[in-house]
Amino acid sequence: MGTLAAFFILSAVTLIPAVVVVTSKNIVRSALALVPTFFGITGLYILLRAEFVAGIQVLIYAGAITVLILFVIMLTEGGTGIRIRQVNEQVPVGALASAVLAALLIWVFLRTPWPQGPGALPEYTAAQIGTTLLSSMVLVFEVTSLVLLISLIGAIIIARRER
Amino acid sequence: MPIPIEDLWSLVPEFWLAALGLLLVLLDLFLPGDRKRLVGWAAVVGLLLVLMPILGMLGTPARTVFFNTYAVDGFAVFFKIIAVVATILVILSTMDALRGHTSFEGEMYVLLTFAALGVCLMAASADLILLALSIEFVSLSSYVMAGYFKSDLRSNEAGIKYFLFGAASSAVMIYGFSILYGLTGETNLYAIADRVRTAPQPALVLAVGMALAGLGFKVSMVPFHQWTPDVYEGAPTPVAAFLAVASKAAGFAALVRFLMVAIEPGPVDWVAPIAGLSAVSMTLGNLLALPQRNIKRMLAYSSISHAGFLLMGVAAHRGDFGAPGLLIYLLAYTFTNLGAFFVAIAVGGRLGSDEIPSYAGLAQRSAGLAAVMALFMLSLTGIPPTGGFLGKFYIFGAAVNNGLLWLAVVAVINSVVALYYYVNVIRVMYLLPAPSGGSASGPVPLRLALGVAALGTLVIGIFPQPFVTLVGAAAMLLRM
Repeated sequence: MGTLAAFFILSAVTLIPAVVVVTSKNIVRSALALVPTFFGITGLYILLRAEFVAGIQVLIYAGAITVLILFVIMLTEGGTGIRIRQVNEQVPVGALASAVLAALLIWVFLRTPWPQGPGALPEYTAAQIGTTLLSSMVLVFEVTSLVLLISLIGAIIIARRER
Repeated sequence: MPIPIEDLWSLVPEFWLAALGLLLVLLDLFLPGDRKRLVGWAAVVGLLLVLMPILGMLGTPARTVFFNTYAVDGFAVFFKIIAVVATILVILSTMDALRGHTSFEGEMYVLLTFAALGVCLMAASADLILLALSIEFVSLSSYVMAGYFKSDLRSNEAGIKYFLFGAASSAVMIYGFSILYGLTGETNLYAIADRVRTAPQPALVLAVGMALAGLGFKVSMVPFHQWTPDVYEGAPTPVAAFLAVASKAAGFAALVRFLMVAIEPGPVDWVAPIAGLSAVSMTLGNLLALPQRNIKRMLAYSSISHAGFLLMGVAAHRGDFGAPGLLIYLLAYTFTNLGAFFVAIAVGGRLGSDEIPSYAGLAQRSAGLAAVMALFMLSLTGIPPTGGFLGKFYIFGAAVNNGLLWLAVVAVINSVVALYYYVNVIRVMYLLPAPSGGSASGPVPLRLALGVAALGTLVIGIFPQPFVTLVGAAAMLLRM
């Protein structure tokens, strides 16, 4: 019962600022509204006993990513970003499409008899994640480094001024 | 759990490509601005050499390596050959197309080489996580390449549009993958195949549908095709060629492996929706290609319609024709479509226009260019003795064989409609007078690429036997 209550509170903490992110007229406010959303997701991870992922979520998303977005706004839009229009005339269509998709997902999820059963959690998830990354997921781990490398190269090409 | 040393040997092509990409980055760093073309030639040599280990893996038995995350089979080898050959030809065609448009020439060869690696990974991924990651690998490099000409507004638009559509469809696809994981408890395709029979129903259909959205975006299947014409038109023409051929082939490799390995044993009927989308894709692509005046837009809509024909091969996968038909169609399409884009590069570079009316009298200005373009147009229509005919023959046979007669009829009607806009290009080139003098032949590397593309298109059509053997082996090994 306590878990269920915690889940609903954390979901509200995640979802309500998320609505602000996409509807706010001020892009800085949108960026800052991401912070409680990320914290709500952190809470959900803790609820699922994934402490390590929760810690990473706070460090990278709530910390680094938000700051990065704020820096981008400040460097490109004179520090405020109020001039950027975040929405266009397609808002009703987009809202309708999202609503239909959400309704479909909820309907399907409620009708599906999900496979449930007791699972065993490792004592310390960080160690387990490390072992997995360097054994069964080693190829994924290495390819990730290449993906990051080409992202860096690509970002430099896009951002750098033509000579 | 140590990794067996044989596993490392089966990844030699991938290691080679990664090392080549890193080497090119370094080479680009030390070469002066006017010698950047050497990076391109180094890439071509490196890619030619990587064909050796890839071809050496043709006969090896199918297996999965690296804790079952990576498949080593004829199917993957076939797509690696397509990826490497297409990338070599695209690099050759890029060499002069970039001049005066960008100061980042060397980085383009680096991105193309890494994109080839991404395509290889996509074709061989046997794990949902690796599959999603390799799709992002190809996508991220493609976004940058599509928006490469920063002073050209259309190229900017192509890059941004491709990025927004790609990011949205990837998000949907990865959500679908996560639902599939929730239902089966596995991310490995072969492990999912064991569990998918007992997976609970409505959510499984939803997961497959969402995964199809992302993969359908990559192959520009209707209704996820809207980005195609704008991106092909705005992107640098060699990049459009890469997207139309290598990226699409990779999308089909991932789609086929995902559906046939992981979903086929389960209760979801995916053949009927794929057949329906195939009919819609080929019809819509063809009808929208009819009024196009820009050659790149016309080829974009034609590539949507070819995606429809290829999906027909996916839907008709049972029996002896479906999977081999898909592969041989893709092989012929690779050479033919690359060739058509290369002619567009040659004409666009000389005349500065991609409009079909400016092809008027090309036969008098450059007889060779007009002749190969005519060959490519006939092959795209599917007229013998070109490779396009062989592909269509196999795929139509597969559809009839699988009881999809209605789809074969739709495809035949579409082939006739397609004849109109393909032959229109030939009519403009041969029957209309040239507005002014001046030849329109391209530079040497581009002519080399054109020659290989034309040769490939003809040889597949005239001497099909070795290719039929190759795709037969590739298709058999998929069902391990």
